[in-house]
Amino acid sequence: MHKYLPHTASDIKAMLDKIGIKTIDELFVALGDIKLTKPLDIPSQMSENELRDHFEMLASKNKNLLSFCGLGSYESYDFSIIDALTSRQEFLTSYTPYQPEVSQGTLQYIFEFQSYVCELTGMDIANASMYDGASSTAEAIFMAVAATRKNKVLLSKTINPYVLEVVETYCKYRDLDIEYVLEKDFSFDLEDLKKKLNNDVACFVAQTPNVYGILEDYSKVKETLEETGTLFIINQEPSSLALFKAPSEYNADIACGDMQSLGLKRNFGGPSVGYLATISKYQRRLPGRIVGKTVDVEGKRGYVLTLQAREQHIRREKATSNICSNQSLMALTVSIYLSLVGKQGLIELSKRAYNNAHYLEEELLKTKKFKKTTDKPFYQEFVLEYLGDPKVLETKLLALGYLSGYNIKDNLIIFYASEVRTKAEIDEFVKKVGEV
Amino acid sequence: MYDKLIFERSKEGRVGITLPKTEVKDYPLPKEHLTKRDLLLPEVSEVDVIRHYTNLSLKNYGVDRGIYPLGSCTMKYNPKINEELSKNPKFNNLHPLQPDVTSQGALELEYNLEKLLNEILGLKAFSFAPCAGAHGELTGLMMIKAYHEKNKDYKRKKILIPDSAHGTNPASVAIAGFEVVNLRSTEEGTVDVEHLKEVLDDEVAGMMLTNPNTAGLYEKDICIITKLVHDAGGLMYYDGANFNALLGLAKPSAMGFDVIHLNLHKTFSTPHGGGGPGVGAVGAGEKLKTFLPNKHVRLENGLYVRRKEKDSIGNVSYFQGNYNVILKAYAYILSMGKENIRNVGEFAVLNANYVKAALEEYYEVPVKGAIMHEVVFNGLKSKKASTLDVAKRLLDYGFHPSTIYFPLLFSQSMMVEPVETESKETIDEFIDALIKIAHEAEKTPELLHDAPHTTPVRRLDEVLAARELKVKYRDLL
Repeated sequence: MHKYLPHTASDIKAMLDKIGIKTIDELFVALGDIKLTKPLDIPSQMSENELRDHFEMLASKNKNLLSFCGLGSYESYDFSIIDALTSRQEFLTSYTPYQPEVSQGTLQYIFEFQSYVCELTGMDIANASMYDGASSTAEAIFMAVAATRKNKVLLSKTINPYVLEVVETYCKYRDLDIEYVLEKDFSFDLEDLKKKLNNDVACFVAQTPNVYGILEDYSKVKETLEETGTLFIINQEPSSLALFKAPSEYNADIACGDMQSLGLKRNFGGPSVGYLATISKYQRRLPGRIVGKTVDVEGKRGYVLTLQAREQHIRREKATSNICSNQSLMALTVSIYLSLVGKQGLIELSKRAYNNAHYLEEELLKTKKFKKTTDKPFYQEFVLEYLGDPKVLETKLLALGYLSGYNIKDNLIIFYASEVRTKAEIDEFVKKVGEV
Repeated sequence: MYDKLIFERSKEGRVGITLPKTEVKDYPLPKEHLTKRDLLLPEVSEVDVIRHYTNLSLKNYGVDRGIYPLGSCTMKYNPKINEELSKNPKFNNLHPLQPDVTSQGALELEYNLEKLLNEILGLKAFSFAPCAGAHGELTGLMMIKAYHEKNKDYKRKKILIPDSAHGTNPASVAIAGFEVVNLRSTEEGTVDVEHLKEVLDDEVAGMMLTNPNTAGLYEKDICIITKLVHDAGGLMYYDGANFNALLGLAKPSAMGFDVIHLNLHKTFSTPHGGGGPGVGAVGAGEKLKTFLPNKHVRLENGLYVRRKEKDSIGNVSYFQGNYNVILKAYAYILSMGKENIRNVGEFAVLNANYVKAALEEYYEVPVKGAIMHEVVFNGLKSKKASTLDVAKRLLDYGFHPSTIYFPLLFSQSMMVEPVETESKETIDEFIDALIKIAHEAEKTPELLHDAPHTTPVRRLDEVLAARELKVKYRDLL
């Protein structure tokens, strides 16, 4: 007997009798030689206490570092009610809401999640979530390719390299041509975009704040793309949207990105959650689940999965995407975080991240070990040129319990100061950097 | 019944958080970049948030409440200890880019889980980068493509898929840049080997197969199928969505599969979370193991390191996939252990055959012989009510219905998967409800037609939702 397996010998006997057979083995006759004759070579069962000890042994081999590195994995305040709510079995142990009458909880929070994504990005319609910001960018490209029937993709070189790696994989196997728009002064180069643009280009994809943390200026992009019928895709870090211009204000056709910064722990990279939103014109190109409001037979407000004719379970190979399970529980987490933080809180938190990053930059420059690289405005990450050996800096800080900035190339280091960092932590870090 | 949106609870000036004091001064913001929008975000208190989401949760059904017999979804119990273990801050606070030497525990766990799954499936290597089953399918197909391209075999553009396959299979094929060739099923509901022979040629890159298939049947000709495909130069992809039936009892590698995906959120008990996060772990045998996505954990000189495989297709997720979910799958396998893991497949199959035997008097069984872990009925024998009506009436009895109208092989499909964590008593209650509904269909069919009567909302107007599209709060204003 095992605690997760309730059948007793008499249960099994009664069930076999009903089926009209003598042994369970008879149910597996079809397997023939394939059926294993020996037990699997895995460890013996563990009790809860043994499991706790085993996990603690593994956990003790991990080192929690004080982080000044972002690059797509951010730190936000942990509010106790988020775990209390997302641990509720009704959210945690339910399936995709195929039976809407007993899934209104999930359907309504997805509707609210879509509302949040639309509100932040200024877009007309969002889906129920994507795996992460990288796959959402790839799927945004597929939408543009399908909408324009063009095969070429222009990507800004200032997009996070970990996003680019995924986008390159997706595009390669879809037989799409990728070309990069070069960077100029740590931002995408508009002149290079103009040079590379032609009638075969389905979309131009850019990121703001970009990999260097810099807020890119897209005021001339849409008009540039119009002549060739090229769509504009913006990947934007959502915590920046309370303060800074949204994809809609740059007339983007599609907005995408990763929402980990809004209340999700770093968790060694996942689970995160991606968002994908667009203007009404392309609503039928969206991949994945979309929840819409409706009424029941008594006229009561309710929510259902809608526009399902786009999806794999109906359209099979003609679907807009293969996505089925997404990151629903993470969409819930982000929604709870945004509800709790509210309008003023979101503005305040992004101002704090902005101020912390600017303070860190100012203090790091005072050590005389760095050179400022650009005067472009930045948000919560920034890039400096280190005058020593970045590897030495990284190693020495690691020994002191710090995850230093990200050495993207040559002597360039991208630093990040989350809203969670205190002045004392920043001061101490800068002091240690100065001592290297 | 509570029906407010969080936005409708908003009152100007309310706050939900207390922030610590900050000593860092304000820096001027770049004016040209500031938004001109006034965001319509809620202003609510902490109590408002707790009440709101608690009330929403009460409108959901979950595994902790009762049987959740969705066919193809393997809704088994999600152990609480796994949740506890996954919330260890020493795992939760790891940055994905921190050096391997500072994340040895996390990497060792991933390495250990890979070794366990290699043994369970009979494979050589696993990647946990894909975030869901369909994501795993896409990854596996990319690996097949990369394999043929490495062999300069560029004409292989076709992937064979049985007509009984999950919808994600053909969709993944298209996204991976392949062409779908549909394979007919026999009258018994398994792959038509003669049709397979007809379509096999040197343009076939591979074949995707679920075994047991979506009709709940074990593909008895599996070894013939895989040999035929291999002889034609193709590779075999195993959709592991239904692996629960065979857990501890058979290894897909022995059937001849080259690459597989496992839904850790099905067979390996991690919670489905209302639609994710899942993990579509991809496993490969000898031929494809070097094509796995980045990055793969290896043990080198006593140190666990993340490495790029030499033929890697590249990465498919931002960093390490849904890393935290694999902690739960690992805890699950360890808590079952070698003594019990075989019972998972055995009891899952026993349960499904029991449900079939108990209900075949009332519901049409369209396939012959023993089934595996799920049973497909083609609706009521009496045809007095549709499968949709039966499903909705089940809600009134307090049960979550089975998967309906899938597989597409039968017009009134009801696919029941009574997983191994369900007791005989629970299954009997579920069976009794379905028998009562069969009687109701004869005597009072309107009860079914108007069902459900007891749920937070009743049947919803899906046509209206699509026709007058309202997908966000602003659309309601």
